[in-house]
Amino acid sequence: MTNVTAERQEKSAVETVSVWIDGQAYDVPKTMPHPVSGEQVGTTMIQACHMHGIDVPYYCYHPKLPVAGNCRMCLVEFGTPALGPDRQPLYNEDGSPQIRKSPRPVIACATPISPGMAIYTQTPEAKQMRESVLEFLLINHPLDCPICDQAGECKLQEYAVDYGKADSRFVEQKVHKPKQVDLGPRIMLDDERCILCSRCIRFTRDIAGDDALGFADRGSYSILTNYPGKPFDNNYTLNTADICPVGALTSKDFRFQMRVWFLKETKSVCTSCGTGCNIMIGSRNDRIYRYTPRENDAVNSCWMCDYGRLNYKWINREDRLREVQQRRDGAPAKTNWSVALKEVAERIESSPSGSIGVVASARLTNEELYLVRRLVQDKDAITDSVPRMGEADHLLVDADKNPNTNGAHATGIAAKKVGADIATIADRIRQGKIKTLLVFGEDVTKHGIEADLLKELDTLVVSDILPNATTERADYLLPGCAHAEKRGTFTNAKGRVQKFMKAIEGPGDARPEWEFLHELVQRKTHDGGSANLPALFNEMAEQVPAFHGLSWGELKDTGAQASL
Amino acid sequence: MKVQRKTLSLAEKLYLPAIFKGLKITLRHMFKKKATMQYPEEHWVVPEGYRGAPYLVRDQHGRTKCVSCQLCEFVCPPKAIKITPPGPQVNPNVGNVEKEPKEFEIDMLRCIFCGYCQEVCPEEAIFLMQDYSLTGESRKEMVYDKEKLLALGGVHNDPIEKWKRKEMEAREQGVG
Repeated sequence: MTNVTAERQEKSAVETVSVWIDGQAYDVPKTMPHPVSGEQVGTTMIQACHMHGIDVPYYCYHPKLPVAGNCRMCLVEFGTPALGPDRQPLYNEDGSPQIRKSPRPVIACATPISPGMAIYTQTPEAKQMRESVLEFLLINHPLDCPICDQAGECKLQEYAVDYGKADSRFVEQKVHKPKQVDLGPRIMLDDERCILCSRCIRFTRDIAGDDALGFADRGSYSILTNYPGKPFDNNYTLNTADICPVGALTSKDFRFQMRVWFLKETKSVCTSCGTGCNIMIGSRNDRIYRYTPRENDAVNSCWMCDYGRLNYKWINREDRLREVQQRRDGAPAKTNWSVALKEVAERIESSPSGSIGVVASARLTNEELYLVRRLVQDKDAITDSVPRMGEADHLLVDADKNPNTNGAHATGIAAKKVGADIATIADRIRQGKIKTLLVFGEDVTKHGIEADLLKELDTLVVSDILPNATTERADYLLPGCAHAEKRGTFTNAKGRVQKFMKAIEGPGDARPEWEFLHELVQRKTHDGGSANLPALFNEMAEQVPAFHGLSWGELKDTGAQASL
Repeated sequence: MKVQRKTLSLAEKLYLPAIFKGLKITLRHMFKKKATMQYPEEHWVVPEGYRGAPYLVRDQHGRTKCVSCQLCEFVCPPKAIKITPPGPQVNPNVGNVEKEPKEFEIDMLRCIFCGYCQEVCPEEAIFLMQDYSLTGESRKEMVYDKEKLLALGGVHNDPIEKWKRKEMEAREQGVG
């Protein structure tokens, strides 16, 4: 960026104009970045109102999409400063500027503000316009609410409460359109419910970059449709179900699973790749029903990919590890946490220096990796994580499929190149130098330490969530928790430290890894440090250079940057 | 405070007048119509509008009226209702109604017969009927499942037939 453009942007960022909204003066920036191109464009009335917490109802407008201006719900009245014959503003007796009210309303989403403009959102006329727009929208709406998945988070329902009439004046037959239209592998369309706002079209064209949707059959029977013969199947289709203000586009995965008002919403982070999209976990009675994206402009805006969104089913799987196990006479036997942790701590403590290897997944949280590091730091142990590289895309998907690779770097678990030391660990097991292997959340038999090699070990401690070839060979098996079952932080691919909250309880005896790691450290060193997660994070932030200056409280909902 | 005890008169001290007074009342009732009922041999005639146990109904064409909207589950004060929605598999038999509960359970031990479920139901699919004496040998037996609730609820004549009318309209317009 040249200095000139930087200066210009600086200048435009501070330039504000004053507008009157419902009789009160507010300062708003003259321009704001366009949601797609990022260019500075004139601030619209709706942006000015929302910026100051003044509600203007809307359907087709979306803060992150280009404006279409077709639903007409955001109609407001406005006026401009009155000018005298000398082109100078006129003033009322009390010193306030005279406003010349426009005879016609405008849509707030597409009308830019001008200095001294007055916007009226609450006049009887404005309310009447909303009532009329809503009445038109409801004329052909099928009132499917009892069978519609959107019920409970439907804008049409919400505004019908605010601006709707109790009775319909419409006596004619409603227009019927196709229902249960299969748009693609993950999206089901109900054309009757569609209010033709075009949010989905704009999203998939301008954000996802796949111009797959459009309106056909213009007129009363206008329908949303995909390009003939080409299913709507890009990796971002489910975002259209989120932004659909009504129940026209619904997720096939969530379809008829649970009513949304039963879902407890927990702020969390997606773990499917290094991006770490902010999500909301919808759960009820310890079962996860859906992920939805949570807005974070520093990471994922309002979106997330379909793969990440649907990658939650393993959490509720039947074969989750539920028991603490210890191998006795060659066969795994059930034990309890206090016995297992005591013995594991003793075995680590009694191991000679250099005889311990650790493979800790980059799917563990920062705090857990930090505790793993503390557990073995005086034993000259070799530690590493497992790399998981895949393909990145143009929008959100990162090439690194581990959610916390940077955390593994920062805590010193993995060196610059993740997975480079696994071969060394395998070699040293072969040479008989490493006698104790600690594995957290990985199936090492698939990543360079063969199952036969595991037999050479004296002690194999494995913590995992689902059974695999490594857990089968464990001397001590410690059942862990998925991210939805615990609190913690991840450091994403760009070095942003983001926290996530606990949505559901872990199955059986499973415990969050940081809990039992803390206990192991406590047993081994008699100084386990902080025993609750926020304090543990703060302790880690003091100890780990990359996290200096961060605190659990200041991470807030959207995270903070680590200095990697 | 000291309570002044009333000194009893001779008649009161004798005790017998009070006995005879009581016997007189008993004797009078022996010749009156009986106020009690020989339950369970005899049964009470349940009045119209009585709020007994809630059951599910089918319409006159045998369709389960419940569409699994779960409003009754939401409104139920003692959380006696548990509905399992059908999930994404499209059932070709349900037509334009699309939804029908996979399972519907009412724990009759929890139910307080308040009638909120009937009041909130947008489909007129659940009614508080006349059963007031529910018995079972275990707690599990007192959780009525969908089949049992439908069998007990019987048929409710639906004069409007909202879904059927919608389907007819759509067919007239050449859709679906």
